Amino acid sequence: MAASPLIQARSLVKQFGSFRAVDDVDLQVFPGEVVGFLGPNGAGKTTTMRMVTGYLMPTSGTASLAGMDIATHPREAKRHLGYLPEGAPAYPDMRVEEFLRFVARARGLRGAEVRAGVNRASDLLELGKVRRQTVETLSKGFKRRVGFAQALLHDPSILILDEPTDGLDPNQKHEVRGLIRRMGEEGGKAIVLSTHILEEVEAVCNRAVVIHRGKTVFDGTPEALDQRAPAKVTRNRLDHVFRELTQDQAPQAGNKDDEVAA
Amino acid sequence: MSTATTPRQVTEVPFWFGTATIFRREFLAFFTTPVAAIFMVIFLVMSGVMTFNVSRLVDPQGQAALRGFFNWHPWLYLFLVPALSMRLWADEHRLGTLELLTTLPLSMMDLVLGKFLAAWAFASVVLAMTFPVWLTVSYLGDPDHGVIAAGYVGSVLLAGGFLAVGSAVSASSHNQVVAFVVSVAACFFLLLTGWGPVQSFFKGWLPPALSDLLAAISFLSHFVDSFVRGVIDARDLVFFATVIAAGLWITGLLLQGKRRR
Repeated sequence: MAASPLIQARSLVKQFGSFRAVDDVDLQVFPGEVVGFLGPNGAGKTTTMRMVTGYLMPTSGTASLAGMDIATHPREAKRHLGYLPEGAPAYPDMRVEEFLRFVARARGLRGAEVRAGVNRASDLLELGKVRRQTVETLSKGFKRRVGFAQALLHDPSILILDEPTDGLDPNQKHEVRGLIRRMGEEGGKAIVLSTHILEEVEAVCNRAVVIHRGKTVFDGTPEALDQRAPAKVTRNRLDHVFRELTQDQAPQAGNKDDEVAA
Repeated sequence: MSTATTPRQVTEVPFWFGTATIFRREFLAFFTTPVAAIFMVIFLVMSGVMTFNVSRLVDPQGQAALRGFFNWHPWLYLFLVPALSMRLWADEHRLGTLELLTTLPLSMMDLVLGKFLAAWAFASVVLAMTFPVWLTVSYLGDPDHGVIAAGYVGSVLLAGGFLAVGSAVSASSHNQVVAFVVSVAACFFLLLTGWGPVQSFFKGWLPPALSDLLAAISFLSHFVDSFVRGVIDARDLVFFATVIAAGLWITGLLLQGKRRR
């Protein structure tokens, strides 16, 4: 593992009025790490990602990308970032190709680089068929893949993906998960993806971070997460651990979802 | 295709490149939205109707200087420019694309200036399409071309002032309709403070300094009393430049405020 982390967040806090959405979260991600960011809805996953990517300003704490502070050197930091925001926003009246070319230019690519980046990202996400369609005519799965392609145009060293497989069918999920895994393992990128699908963490990630009520409650390998379930739980072990970590009372043994060995 | 990260040499892009990228997208987007087409048709038809039917094209002194044509512009812009500016930021909020834009390696100034310039360029293109009016008066009489040119310069600046106000209003709202209505109201106020009857109303009870100030911030007096008469006064240029700069600065502040929440 390289010495310096590509993503470095220190003591991030976000206060919305009287509600503390993110409460003192630290996160370090090194090259080659694929981090699954887990937590119940409203736990602070999206807010944390928004602070790390520079969209929201933290109430306190700092974040840096590739060693560049997002608050003091935003443009330098954001050059290393590919970000898929929640809901994969895109301009509905633009054609997929136009949209990707626009984002490529906004990321500072020019001329032949724009074409190469758009072709490469479209190939990786298999957008060939829809390149001439407008975004508003796309299915949910294609729209999500356009949002992912947009994040890959400049081949960034850091990827932050808010629910990258949401809305994809099982085949597409399988392919996108494979792509993410390869980009971490072979590409040496630092990747953070949020999800509420626990199998996704086992399938794709080499590290899991669970947050609950704005605080980190687990940070380790998916195997270590699995180990936390009692041996008698034989099915849906991650579900069991997840509930244990993110419910205010511990789940009762013998819950109908867990087949408990007699 | 390989997924390996080749450390791409980040080439330094010229400082205007970000603004130009936003400008290009926004300008082209105007040609795909129905609002822009409506703006174009209504502006061209109304300016023609008002000029030829309501005002006399050739004024009594026989100087066909298109005063009747330009005098209508503030009132046409009042409703049409907010229709252009309402989507500038309200739509970005609604679609969630503001999150995408602000996480691209662009500065807030690239975003604000790029969008404003695109809308201003579009309005200027539409204004330029009124050239047959100029040709007509040239054919019918012997107009003062200098005065007409000054009128066009003033009209472009007037549209820019309205757009800057509309940009700031749009940045504060998620809703295009709200942005439209509030912009019309704000622009209406900025026009009326310079209108004779309103000025005398204010003079009646406001301290002179305040009523003079209100008259001084009016878009109407800086346009109708100067450019339309063929006078390009540095004070009027500074006035519109200040309004545009202030509108864009407030737009930037409002957008930064959304990130702080």
